[in-house]
Formats: sequence, structure tokens, C-alpha cells
Amino acid sequence: MERVAPHGDPPPRRRVAPWADGVFAALTHGAAWLTLALLVAIIVSLFIGAAPSIREFGLGFLWSKDWDPVQGKFGGLVMIYGTLMTSFIALLIAVPVSFGIAIFLTELSPKWLKRPLGIAVELLAAVPSIVYGMWGLLVFGPILSQYVQQPLQGAFGGVPVLGALFSGPPVGIGILSAGIILAIMVIPFIAATMRDVFDVTPPMLKESAYGLGSTTWEVVWRVVLPYTKTGVVGGIMLGLGRALGETMAVTFVIGNFNQLDSLSLFEAANSITSALANEFAEASEGLHQASLIYLGLILFMITFVVLACSRLLLMRLKRGEGSRT
Amino acid sequence: MSRVFALEGARLARHRRRKLVNVVALTLALAAMSFGLFWLVWILVETVRLGFGGLAWQVFTQSTPPPQAEVGGLANAIVGSLIMVSLATLIGTPIGILSGIYIAEYGQRTWLGHVTQFINDILLSAPSIVIGLFVYAAFVARVKSFSAFAGVLALSLIVIPVVIRQTSTMLSLVPNALREAAYALGTPKWKVILSVTLKASVAGVVTGVLLALARIAGETAPLLFTALSNQFFTWNLGEPMASLPVTIFKFAMSPYENWQKLAWAGVFLITLGVLALNILARVLFRNKT
Repeated sequence: MERVAPHGDPPPRRRVAPWADGVFAALTHGAAWLTLALLVAIIVSLFIGAAPSIREFGLGFLWSKDWDPVQGKFGGLVMIYGTLMTSFIALLIAVPVSFGIAIFLTELSPKWLKRPLGIAVELLAAVPSIVYGMWGLLVFGPILSQYVQQPLQGAFGGVPVLGALFSGPPVGIGILSAGIILAIMVIPFIAATMRDVFDVTPPMLKESAYGLGSTTWEVVWRVVLPYTKTGVVGGIMLGLGRALGETMAVTFVIGNFNQLDSLSLFEAANSITSALANEFAEASEGLHQASLIYLGLILFMITFVVLACSRLLLMRLKRGEGSRT
Repeated sequence: MSRVFALEGARLARHRRRKLVNVVALTLALAAMSFGLFWLVWILVETVRLGFGGLAWQVFTQSTPPPQAEVGGLANAIVGSLIMVSLATLIGTPIGILSGIYIAEYGQRTWLGHVTQFINDILLSAPSIVIGLFVYAAFVARVKSFSAFAGVLALSLIVIPVVIRQTSTMLSLVPNALREAAYALGTPKWKVILSVTLKASVAGVVTGVLLALARIAGETAPLLFTALSNQFFTWNLGEPMASLPVTIFKFAMSPYENWQKLAWAGVFLITLGVLALNILARVLFRNKT
């Protein structure tokens, strides 16, 4: 029962482990640096790995379509085309659908349904891509072929341009299947971002528009969308980044066939990710492997730019919104 | 007089058209919502239907069979996945949490904080196959052998951004008054962070770790050329190890019926596990907030 005297020195300050503060700060600093170092290391090691191929083919790699491991000739056009085309188809489907889902979740859905539906959409994002792939190959592909491809071929088989677009063996794999499955996979990402940015719109703006007699659609199209357009584009870019880098789902259904002679939507093709997944483990060291790493580097660069744009746009929306915490 | 009626009529017509556009647009929104749910339900139903049929006791007790064998299971792949996923989480979580703490508690006004946050958001969505390629180029090619350890490394690189994101978001939601109160008592910063702010957001951080677990449990691409696969059962981190996703990939693409059946069983297990982890994470987080 010691009591501090009312006068004299204050009790000595008790400091537990005075070094702990510095150590802890250093640890967290180190971890943050590690994250940055990771990015640099990825870029540098991909460059080093791809160096033989970069020296040999230069930028011509981007528009050459030979891929011949036996003769040692490599070009990435087929895979780059496959990656871009499948992602394009995916966005074509996913953007309007996600927009609809976001409108439904923010404006139409009864309150008690919002949460379960939001979770359902997010679960769609959580399903591992290999499940989509296997489902796409063994369940969805045959159905697509039977009910979409064959009727299309029957109807347009003789028409010059369209006929070529729908040609190919009726097995339901190729660019279109890959694009549709990618669309299903990126819908949750785009829809969730759109929903979040729609929620950012100040209620006052929306209420004023309703007060003037606007319909729900007019409020969404003329008020919410203009206010959140940077965020919406950011969400779309996020989906695009995901679609470009998706591996397993595409590998299952694209057919893995290096050809660009037929631009048919139903012809087997190849993408950067599926070429890597299929060939890399068996590629001989040297030019073949270096060329695959070169492809990986190109993919990383494209997705990096797309994702960086997405981030910047989303950040701009947040800043415009002021200091809302 | 007739002029007024004509104007009135035009206005009514426009009103009707606006109403119509609205109904059409909202119907399409409803259709979009059903479209999204439709795929989720279809995929889940098919997975359960085809996967449950392939499920048998031997799936858990026997290793992967050769093609067209009568018996066989996924035991080596299941154990391999469990080992690699848990090790990767153990490695990735502390780094992720520390880095997240830096962003939220130290780096709010420093360039390092902003840059780390920006880069991390990009790494979060970076193609996972590129991570595998990186570990191959930086590690596997150096030691000249595929190994489970390389797989662990690749998976932990995927855990880190997820945990960083969740930790920093959760910490920045902690009210500043809590920090100020602790500082006013003379608490050093590390203590404030560990026993006040981190403690206040522990549910969110655990959610992040669970989500990261769910994410890497289904990852195939980064394991393809790091851990490779193995037909046999192994505990050795120095040699190739089978994992559930890679085995599913190999078996599903094969023409053999027994392999495809096992692949469906594996898909069922993995979907069940990942969705369970996701739901658990949400329930846990909801109870705390």
C-alpha cells in the first residue's frame, strides 16, 4: 500500500521494453517495402527469364503468328489475339448484365433481399476458376454446341462472312465459350463495384430528381450514372484485368490450338494463359521457355496498365466525394 | 382550344413513353439479376449432382490411381492441398498483417504508404499464373527442381495482398478517438496498435485470412509449374506434391472415365470447402459488427 507523496518527484515512468516501439515500426516498414520489392522482383525476373526471346525476336514477337518449338520460331500474335478477343466478348456480356444487377440491388430490391442477393453475387466470385472450367468443358460446352452453334451453322452456313464466323466442329469449345465463361466469372466483380459506387451518390441528388417527377430509370441514367461514371469505368477495368489474367477456366474451354486462319467463334484457339498452363511445364529450357515467359511478361504488363487505370479512376471518384469516412 | 388539347395529348404521349422506358429498363435489371443467379445455381447443382456421385470412402483413403484402374482416391491430393494451403497462409498472414498495419497506422501521410496501397491493389488482381511464372523463374529454375516448397511460396504471394487489403481497411475503420484515448494514457505506439486498434478489428482481419484461404484453396495456375503434381503420397516439401486443383485439372482433361469421376468428386470437395470458408467468414464478420 505504497502511496505517492503529494510533493516531490513524480513516480519514475515505467516503460516496458523501450526498444519495442522502434522494432515494431521497423517490422511494419519492412513488410511494406517487401510488398513493393515483390512487384519489382516480378518484373525483373520475368525480364531476365524472357531475355533470350526478347533478343531473338524483339517487338516483332507481338505480331508474328508462328509458334513452332521444333524450328525454334516463336511469335505471340495467336495467344495475344485469343486473350484480347475472349476478354472483349466477356465484357460485351458482363457490362450490361452487371449494370442491371447493380441497378436492381441499389434501386429495386426490397431491403431484406439486398444482403442475401449481394452475398449470392459475391459467392459467384468465390467459386474457384477450375470449377468453372470443368463445368464449362463438360456441361456448358455440349449445350452451347447443340442449342447455339448448330442452329447458327444451319441458318448461316452458306452466308459468306457470318458462315465463317460460326464454322468449326460442333464440340462447343473455342473463343465464344471461353468468352461466355469469363463473362460469368467477371460479372460479380463488376457488379459489386458498380453497386458500391452507385451507393456513393448523394441521396439528395436522387431525391431532387425524383421530386421533379423523374422515373427510376431516368434517375439512374441521368443522375446516378453521370455522377459515378469514373467509378463505373474503374469497375469495368477491374473486370477486364480479371478476365485477361484468368487461366484455368479459359484453358479448359478454349481448345489450346495455335491457329489464326479461321476467325470463327467456335474454332479452337489459344490464349496467353492457356499456352502457359499447357506448355510451360514441358517446355525445353532455352528459347521455348523464354518465349513463354515473354508472353507472361506481356500479359503482366497489359493487366498492370488496366488495373492501374482502374485504381486511379476509382480513387478519383472517392476524392470527388470529399472526406466521407 | 384544340391547340391546348393537342399539347396535352403530346405531353401524355411523352409521359406514357417515359413510363414504358422505365418499365422496360427495370424489367431488364430484374432479368440481369436472375441471369447472374441462374449461373450460380446451375453450376452448384451440376457440381453437387456429378460430384456427389463420385464420392466414396476410398476418395479419402487411397492415392490417385493410374488410368482405368478400378480403385483409387484423392488422398494424396487432399493432404497435399491441406499442407501447402496451411503453410502458405502461415507465411503470408504475418507479412500481410504487418504491411497492412504500416499502411493504416504509419503510412497515412507518407509516399511509401500510398504507393504500397496502390501497388497492393494491383497485386490483388494480378494474374495468378504470372505469380507462378515468377516463382519458377526466381526459385525453381535456380534450384533446378519442382518442389512443394515452391508451391507454398507462390500461394503465400497470393495470400499477402488479400490480407494487406483487409487489414488496412479494417484498421482505418477504427475511430481515432480510441487511439487518442490510448495515447493519452501514455501507451507507446506499438502497444496502441497491438492491444487497441488491431484488437478492435480482429474479426475483420480473421475474415481476411479466411478469404485468403478460400482463394488459394482453389488456385491451380500458380501450382502448375512450382509444386507440379505427384502420383504418390508424400510429406516431403522438397519434392513435387499433388494438390487437389492440379489433380482435377489433369484428370478432367483426360479421356479416362475413372479419372473424370474423381475429378468431379474433387470439384465437389473444393467448391464445398471454398463456399463454406466464405460463408464462415461472412457470418463471423457480421456477428462482430
